[in-house]
Amino acid sequence: MVVLSGKGGTGKTSLVTAFAALADRKVLADCDVDAADLHLILTPRTLQVQEFQGRRRAHIVADRCAGCGACAEHCRFGAIAFDGPGNGAIAKTYRVDPLACEGCGVCLHVCPTQALEFSLGRDGEWYISETRHGPLVHARLDPGGENSGKLVTLVREGARAVAKERDLDLLLVDGSPGIGCPVIASVAGTDLVLGVAEPTLSGQHDLERLAALTAHFRIPMAVCINKADLNPDVASAIERWCQARGIRIVGRIPYDPVFTHAQGQRKSVVEIADGPAAKALRGVWQETRATLEAIR
Amino acid sequence: MRIVFASGKGGTGKTILATNLASVLADQDHSVTYLDCDVEAPNGHIFLKPVITSREAVTIPVPEVDEARCTRCGRCGEFCQSHAIVCLGSAVLTFPELCCGCGGCALVCPEKAIREIPRAIGEVARGASGPIQFVEGRLQIGQPMSPPIIRAVKRHLPRAGIAILDAPPGTSCPMIETVRGADFVLLVAEPTVFGLHDLTLAVDAIRKVGVPHGVAINRVGPGGDGVQRYCAQSNIPILLQIPEDRRIAEIYSRGELAARSFPGFDRWMNDLFGRLRSAVRS
Repeated sequence: MVVLSGKGGTGKTSLVTAFAALADRKVLADCDVDAADLHLILTPRTLQVQEFQGRRRAHIVADRCAGCGACAEHCRFGAIAFDGPGNGAIAKTYRVDPLACEGCGVCLHVCPTQALEFSLGRDGEWYISETRHGPLVHARLDPGGENSGKLVTLVREGARAVAKERDLDLLLVDGSPGIGCPVIASVAGTDLVLGVAEPTLSGQHDLERLAALTAHFRIPMAVCINKADLNPDVASAIERWCQARGIRIVGRIPYDPVFTHAQGQRKSVVEIADGPAAKALRGVWQETRATLEAIR
Repeated sequence: MRIVFASGKGGTGKTILATNLASVLADQDHSVTYLDCDVEAPNGHIFLKPVITSREAVTIPVPEVDEARCTRCGRCGEFCQSHAIVCLGSAVLTFPELCCGCGGCALVCPEKAIREIPRAIGEVARGASGPIQFVEGRLQIGQPMSPPIIRAVKRHLPRAGIAILDAPPGTSCPMIETVRGADFVLLVAEPTVFGLHDLTLAVDAIRKVGVPHGVAINRVGPGGDGVQRYCAQSNIPILLQIPEDRRIAEIYSRGELAARSFPGFDRWMNDLFGRLRSAVRS
């Protein structure tokens, strides 16, 4: 199961930490690789670290650059500028901006003096860890690192391998906001997407885009409404919209400062409280588990 | 002046600040363009309610193989780093959704058997919200690549006046694409454990791009002063602090501008603009 939301900040990670405390026999995976937060609550002990290399990047060796500009002319990503260091023969050379380079290799092909090098570099790392709630597979994309979709796939497949090895039933994935590359990579092969919606017009708009994405890939979806009392009218509108499309509502969670308190203590809400929010989270987990069992 | 509103964590208040600042400045007769670069989840339109006057498809050029000319030599497949074109000996297969549009396959084909055809992956809508010029990018459902849409939005940056760019959350390519070339990046953070952690990641990313930046803290309250302490230690200016107030969240939930109804919000936007302007000048 992958927990998603479209809009950021609706409570995906808070929900996943609660499920981590409540579910049995599971592996956890944090697929929000460019802003991973699950480890902040699960305080893992890392067992294995592996380097991640995203994609190749071009680099111009200034001494070999003749300044002809064929690379810049053919680069469709605006990644090559005429502002590199001089090399004795010419005062300025061409230079690749590594943050703009797509790693396509067209510049290498067109350079008449073979001035370009094309190599993989480090873009982050990923980990297999142990936590108080079971194994966790997670990652850290380097700032501005490339190809987060590929890193998400490594985390997802790494977690699947741990589940198989330890004979665990459930792979519980914390996803990223949006509906693009990392989200698409995280939902491959999943049985259920749980959408966490907040009752705001923005939350509703982005949940509808997420629902269109899950429909596009034919993945079953369920929805829970977080901070539900913030705007009960929008909460009801979201529920009606979901019901009309056969999307199961697995519960409402109230707007409650206990979420911030729990974060401060590096715990999930269900570990530190037994109030309305904790009760709602337990109910949401039971409904979600029932939904998963029905799919199986 | 190009100002980007960004954040590592989602839902910290980028759109609230970006749309309210746009509205307050436009009321004072500044020339303002709002550009929604959060193309996976664009929400600025909910608050600015623009009248859209034009829509254009964003396309990337993808290969089409002329089977009659193709000799199955396989150069295209060897060249393609995205595995978007594969030669299997008896046939050439293309996977347009993986294609980044670099044009390399057509360039290396010795038979000139590949031509490029445009493929839509999203759209850019333009219009106006009163005096505010409005530009929005929108990624098509099921498409993975948002940076080409962001580049298409940024082609409509105004030559003069104030451009306010609403960035996607995170620290990877879409966020980097949005902040490149900005005069200033305002990182919107919330004072929670997650908020602080993701702020530090966003600062690392912005420093790599090398753009001046500062922080706005949203929902200042019981979450602690970790963000303030981090900013002081890292020499990052704090340009604005907005207190935690459920009423602001409720106004936001209805898709309304807080500067129109929440006492003091418009003054916060004015103060923010003054600090942004002096930060850009220095």
